[in-house]
Amino acid sequence: MKMKVLTRAGYAGLFICAAMVFAACGGSENSSETTISETETTIAEATYPVTAGGITLDAQPMKIVSLSPTHTEMLYAIGAGDQVVAVDEYSNFPAEAVALGTKLSGYEPNVEAIAGFAPDLVVVSYDPGSLVEQLNALDIPVYVGNGASNLEAMYEQIEQLGALTGHLDVAVQLTAQMQDEIATAVADAGTLTEPISYYYELDNTYYSVTSNTFVGQIFSLFGLTNIADTAEAGNDYPQLSSEVIVSSNPTMIFLADTKCCAQTEATVSVRDGWQKMDAVKNKNIVELDDDIASRWGPRVVDLVKSIREAITLVAASK
Amino acid sequence: MSLAKQATRERAGTRFSVWLLASSALLITAVLVGTMIGPAGPQWWRVPLELLNRLPLVSIDSGVSIEQWNIVWQIRAPRVVLAAIVGAMLSVAGASYQGVFRNPLVDPYLLGVAAGAGLGATLVFTLQRQSTESWLIDPLPLAAFGGALVAVFFTYLIGNAFNKSRSNTTLVLAGVAVTSLATAIQTFILQRNNDVVRQVYSWILGRLSSATWGDVRLILPYVSLSCIVLLMHRRLLDVLRVGDDEAIALGTNIRRVRFVVVLAATLGTAAAVAVSGLIGFVGIIVPHAVRLLAGASYRRVLPLSILLGAAFLVAADIPSRVLADPAETPIGVVTAFFGAPFFLMLLRTRKTQT
Repeated sequence: MKMKVLTRAGYAGLFICAAMVFAACGGSENSSETTISETETTIAEATYPVTAGGITLDAQPMKIVSLSPTHTEMLYAIGAGDQVVAVDEYSNFPAEAVALGTKLSGYEPNVEAIAGFAPDLVVVSYDPGSLVEQLNALDIPVYVGNGASNLEAMYEQIEQLGALTGHLDVAVQLTAQMQDEIATAVADAGTLTEPISYYYELDNTYYSVTSNTFVGQIFSLFGLTNIADTAEAGNDYPQLSSEVIVSSNPTMIFLADTKCCAQTEATVSVRDGWQKMDAVKNKNIVELDDDIASRWGPRVVDLVKSIREAITLVAASK
Repeated sequence: MSLAKQATRERAGTRFSVWLLASSALLITAVLVGTMIGPAGPQWWRVPLELLNRLPLVSIDSGVSIEQWNIVWQIRAPRVVLAAIVGAMLSVAGASYQGVFRNPLVDPYLLGVAAGAGLGATLVFTLQRQSTESWLIDPLPLAAFGGALVAVFFTYLIGNAFNKSRSNTTLVLAGVAVTSLATAIQTFILQRNNDVVRQVYSWILGRLSSATWGDVRLILPYVSLSCIVLLMHRRLLDVLRVGDDEAIALGTNIRRVRFVVVLAATLGTAAAVAVSGLIGFVGIIVPHAVRLLAGASYRRVLPLSILLGAAFLVAADIPSRVLADPAETPIGVVTAFFGAPFFLMLLRTRKTQT
């Protein structure tokens, strides 16, 4: 029996981690303003069959099931929202997707329940188990949009979905607009007169990201220095220790755990030993929306803008 | 042999055949109900009609559309069959392990199968994440299978290296050590790659939701081989029940028996774990239920464990896919939730009877 105890103890750790990851994706429908102008849905005269993202569609999909919150946002932003019939439980934006009321699971997908919608396209961000194989056995095409590693990969996914759903024109317009807005925000922030370092918090056990990650690259656009970069070679999601964070003394702290773990400027300020950090003393703690910060979708523009505002404040106070 | 003894034996014999028949009937019922119930697809009563319709020379209008039949045949049926295979395997492996180690609390994961498979699966999740190209064959079951076998191999190596006496305690302790080591490595890898935690977590909980006919084909040879070898050893397991020294006195090569049984049980368990993850509880509860119902002789326990184990997991999978519709309830949660009270009830009724 001893073995069991040990195994359980080991797994208990995993459970806790997993619970946090789950939580990071949940949260309320606290939607920020959309920056993407609502484009009129035009059923474009796209010619099918269309091949994009590794799949070929013979006709325009009219019953799309999305099991990925990021791709749900993309689908609605490119004007394919009317073709979406069901989304997963974490697709909490936009409101139309929530209004569908379908709480499918992207992590423990019930293939039968998905097939019950008789979809002609299923969109996922990763394949848990054999979902793709199982759906393909029913002749249902599956688009797999893995977590984007950079902005380019994100634009590519938006345009692939545009091509597949018959809204390529809107999708191309959208990516151009996003590129524009991001470039403008970066230009507005200007070049830093003094180096600004930051700590990006994924959860309250100090998991962080390096500049190699999608979100880390966005911070790099502004020329910020990431304190997690030197933490652990080869690991882009390192767990930092409180000591390392305090001794690195970052200029700014970005909290991407406001929903999952209820962290705020107040809770961070009372952490033992953190009071003497510059970011805490100068109140340079930025509360981000977990959902926006963890999705590589159209609302990345919002994230870019909130980073720009925060940098402007820091630069002004110096 | 006295007449009275012969009569007892005959009575026991008939009772065993009754148990065999009852268990088979239970398994068939579970499979049928399992194929009929699900969150989508045709109405439940149409499924048996369509099944009959599919038989040669029978033509019934069941009113099942091709799309609905696809859901039943491509999604639900492989899942039911896989549940039966995995349930049978875990139960018979659990019973055999309990026999070999003469310990009623042993489960099929004792010698490191679970931790090894978990480590193998974790490695695949971490490595696969880095390569976006899809693999030719799904590496996950292979890695889990390999990990399980490697872990048990090390357990055996360590167990034998330090084993001065003939006792099998060293082997069990080696299993504990290997399990802890593999779990530690797994935790370390996960801590460094916490973006795959969710996938690994859902794998550990065990699942039948991703079952395909390919999975069934993949594990059937190993499971069949394992079951046949274990069934062939059912008499020898009975001999082991009397104790090592007595078994040796009776001319049994206990080291060999132990090795072959553990090898066969491990091979089958590793195959089952490779496609379904770690489904707990089945390997302990089913053999015990069988012992309580039909007696402790391994000539009965092994075949009945196969049948009832299959029936139990097929039945447990039904709430697993219906309860949280349109999501899934992990099968391990269901087996424990329904299995534990059932087991207690069984214990209680037996106690009042004797």
